[in-house]
Amino acid sequence: MMNTIKDKVAICGIGETKYYKRGTAPVPEFRLACEAIIKAAGDAGIAVTDIDGFASYSNERNDASRVATALGLPHFSFSNMFWGGGGGGGSGAVANAAAAVAAGYAKYVVVFRALAQGQFGRFGQAAPAKSISGDFAYTLPYGLMSPAQMFAMRVRRFMHEHHVEQEAFAAVALAAYHHAQYNPRAVMYGRPLTREAYYESRWIVEPFHLYDCCLENDGAAACIVTTAERARDLKPKPAYLMAAAQGSDYRQNAPAHNAPDYATSNFKTLAPRLFEMAEIGPQDVDVLQAYENFTGGVVMSLVEHGFCDADAVMGFCTYENFAWPNGKLPLNTSGGNLAECYMHGLELVLEAVRQVRGTSTCQVKDAEISMVVSGPMVTPVSSLILHG
Amino acid sequence: MPSEQHATKYALPEGLPAPQATRDGLDKEFWEAARRHQLVVQRCNECATFQFGPEWICHHCRSSNVGWERVSGRGRVYSWERVWHPVHPALRDACPYMVVLVELPDAGNVRMVGNLIGDAREELTIGTTVEVVFEDHEQGFTLVQWKRA
Repeated sequence: MMNTIKDKVAICGIGETKYYKRGTAPVPEFRLACEAIIKAAGDAGIAVTDIDGFASYSNERNDASRVATALGLPHFSFSNMFWGGGGGGGSGAVANAAAAVAAGYAKYVVVFRALAQGQFGRFGQAAPAKSISGDFAYTLPYGLMSPAQMFAMRVRRFMHEHHVEQEAFAAVALAAYHHAQYNPRAVMYGRPLTREAYYESRWIVEPFHLYDCCLENDGAAACIVTTAERARDLKPKPAYLMAAAQGSDYRQNAPAHNAPDYATSNFKTLAPRLFEMAEIGPQDVDVLQAYENFTGGVVMSLVEHGFCDADAVMGFCTYENFAWPNGKLPLNTSGGNLAECYMHGLELVLEAVRQVRGTSTCQVKDAEISMVVSGPMVTPVSSLILHG
Repeated sequence: MPSEQHATKYALPEGLPAPQATRDGLDKEFWEAARRHQLVVQRCNECATFQFGPEWICHHCRSSNVGWERVSGRGRVYSWERVWHPVHPALRDACPYMVVLVELPDAGNVRMVGNLIGDAREELTIGTTVEVVFEDHEQGFTLVQWKRA
């Protein structure tokens, strides 16, 4: 057996602010970050002052030292930031927190993400610049600028190689919106989506309709990682880390879309390591939270984690299979990035914890093994598996 | 009678970020060659591996003896996307437009991004053969574009 952190570490507390439509948070992003962390400590039943470490991932603008100072933390023992763009580090930040507590660098490491795009500008819009050099000089002058445009190109190629049709992506969006209708925290609560509305929605960039693209929201989310031993003494049911992995496949960052294996979400080398550590297979996963920057990436990441064969996507990626309570693989049961909120995927980790605690608004019956996939198509990416 | 969006002589309206060679000189030759209407790709002088985008060392043999080679400018569509939602003010009236990812069979199948010249609404299939078009801009740069062969 590998020497791993399996079962040695747990998520002991989760917290989030109210999730707001983009630009409508009544308070600044930094304050949202602090509020989510305070709530996570409250959920864990520890004092805020017990937190002594921070782990986050790229694009996090709220400096750990500033947070530690604002919260009046007496011990600041660990800080860590996962490299890479976008949401690839959601699970990786938990993994880094886990490594820190397992190694004894800190006792309670908080993983957090705060976003207030009204304050800082949108992710989906190109920054104004008169000239550009380096890797982006090969793309921006051609109007290939936004994340949707970067990833649509990969997804189109994936569709071509494996005969995947739009309906697989519709299934992801429809399941997310279905689940959000049970979740009062969801920004799209009370806003159901029909298949007709999905297909009639405007194209953003083919093959992505409006509903294939993640939301942009304001809010903050946090979870606290500690040793399994400490977690057992706390009130919430621990969500034990079975496995976590991060990484990237061969030359995935080759500029101007030159990754040798192009039609991929970048989990092909990660997934075997993940399941080896967990000592389970994809068939053992009860419920999955898979990061949706764009629906196509979800489908690719399901394939690469072994949930279905690339050439069997159209049979597996159906609304019926993804929708709680009867689906074979309930997917994004809080509504996820598409319909709960876009917290760069950290909200998916919180939902994975709820599932093993038994407190989701779309609770999968007897869910024991709950998995998160973070950030398809970026580099590096990460995934984790929890059990109750 | 050309429609308003095709009144420009460029594939996309002016006002998008203009490409500039990196200050350290890494891709100076690529942009200067485009200005001369030549398509060049970086190639290792030791192991003959092509690479794009350019790098200081060959990713295959790690030699720093990397040069540039002129290639034919014939390629095939590896992937494509039709953009409907403008994310830059200059593109507000330019949608839809086509972005293609072109692989170059005579340059180790390296890929380049460009626009496909012509009607953006026309159907396009992966594998379609294309050839390079050099789009000279008055500001002093040249874009590498593509048209159906």
